Amino acid sequence: MDSSVYLKDKLFRRLGLFSSLTIIIICILMFVVLFIYSYPAIKQFGVVHFILSDTWNPVKKVFGGASAIYGTITTTLLALFFAIPLSVGIAIFITQLCPEKLKSYFSNAIELLASIPSIIYGMWGLFTLAPIMRIYVEPLLQKIFLPIPYVRYLFTGTPLGIDLLTAGVVLSIMIIPFITSIARDTFELVPKELKESAYAMGATKWEMIKDVILPYSRVGVLSGIIIAAGRALGETMAVAFVLGNDHNIHLSLLKSSTTISVTLANEFTEADFRLYISSLFYLAFILFIMSFTALGIAKFFLGKMRK
Amino acid sequence: MSDVLIEVKHLNFYYGSVKVLKDINLNVEKNNITALIGPSGCGKTTFLRCFNRMHDLYKGNRYEGEILLNGENLLKTQDLIALRSKVGMVFQKPTPFPMSIFDNVAYGLKLKGIKKKSEVEDIVERSLMQAALWDEVKDKLSSPATSLSGGQQQRLVIARALAVEPDIILFDEPTSALDPIATAKIEELLTHLKDITTILIVTHNMQQAARVSEYTAFMFQGELIEFDRTEKIFTNPREELTEKYITGRFG
Repeated sequence: MDSSVYLKDKLFRRLGLFSSLTIIIICILMFVVLFIYSYPAIKQFGVVHFILSDTWNPVKKVFGGASAIYGTITTTLLALFFAIPLSVGIAIFITQLCPEKLKSYFSNAIELLASIPSIIYGMWGLFTLAPIMRIYVEPLLQKIFLPIPYVRYLFTGTPLGIDLLTAGVVLSIMIIPFITSIARDTFELVPKELKESAYAMGATKWEMIKDVILPYSRVGVLSGIIIAAGRALGETMAVAFVLGNDHNIHLSLLKSSTTISVTLANEFTEADFRLYISSLFYLAFILFIMSFTALGIAKFFLGKMRK
Repeated sequence: MSDVLIEVKHLNFYYGSVKVLKDINLNVEKNNITALIGPSGCGKTTFLRCFNRMHDLYKGNRYEGEILLNGENLLKTQDLIALRSKVGMVFQKPTPFPMSIFDNVAYGLKLKGIKKKSEVEDIVERSLMQAALWDEVKDKLSSPATSLSGGQQQRLVIARALAVEPDIILFDEPTSALDPIATAKIEELLTHLKDITTILIVTHNMQQAARVSEYTAFMFQGELIEFDRTEKIFTNPREELTEKYITGRFG
């Protein structure tokens, strides 16, 4: 009897260990596979050269990742630029200002946003947002910014609606739920006594939020932002619809571009020789490392916050 | 002998429809320490939180009666921000704000719009000295306040309250989260502080009330059972209930 219980225990432990190890093994294997497949391209183009070169020419068999990396980073930064203030604002509203009864409605609405499949965001972006951007928003932005020196370079070109800016807007809507829910959770963690202390000093609600809640939650919100950035870096379908597929680096946000994931989605079917395929794997490998780094930084900050 | 700073007259307080403070009458003497004692749930903290209108932060609370501070009924005042700069508060757990030691002490000044650097520096130094913390922190004023120990944090919070020169400071069991040595330091500090301000302190620890206060109020089930000079309460209480409580027969 005793030994059989012990045996079950042991068996269960083995099983658990095995399942957990699978996760780690899959991660490592992915890394290895990506590396092996991209090796011909790494050998051919090197690391620094591949990252800095924006030539993507299957006909001449010359590949560089700069344009896709640039598009990936730019769309992500744009998405963060729009999403951070909105998300923090929403989280402040939900936790500090919203009447208790309505709280769950807003929270659920935000979470619903996260559950919409990305292809639907892409379709919405293409059929609804892009025309709005082309007809109303982008001409207006050009009217405002084109007369301003230097800034004007971000807004040159004919507004098409299929560009970095539109992709950034679509992405920002997709990552709002991530930042909002993490920000909301960290705001809720601020001790009641701390908030009351601020009020007891004669602070107004706004002063309490600004001086206590926001600084207290800084690290938590930051990690939420990085997790969202990781998500935006790899997002494919929503961006593929509204970004075009242009392997040239344009400074203007009103020009088409491409991202790593969009390039991968579009070009694997056309890749008909080994170096082409290998270059695509090389891009995937770079994306893997970018997302991995983003997540690592977020984990680091979260760990620091828990202390 | 001494002046009355605060008069509480027929104070009732309701959480929703539940009456938790019942017809409380009490005078707080200026430059004295008044202790509120009583078993858990007797309403002493609720009573304390009436003085800076902390209950206004939450819905469904209602006050009746008067609390007169310098003759003005603070239960009727609209300007809570001005009230709270006259009535400071120190909580159970130390509540340093997520900013530097200096900025913590200067916080009330910032809210009041006092910006002149030399003036702010003088007040911060004076307040930290009054809170017996200056020597320990004078070389690291720009460090985060959370880097201090629990007892130091509590003295920092006291310095923060002192900086705006309040008429009275409310203490809600200020030593319950501290070790005995830090507690002794805070108690010693309190007895010095009554020279510059007035103190109303809720304490769970009867010895603490006996050690530091001039007046003691014993509360039970939302009522003020007995209020008198501390030595009277602890040596020769008028009410049987008070005697039972201070001799440890319940509570």
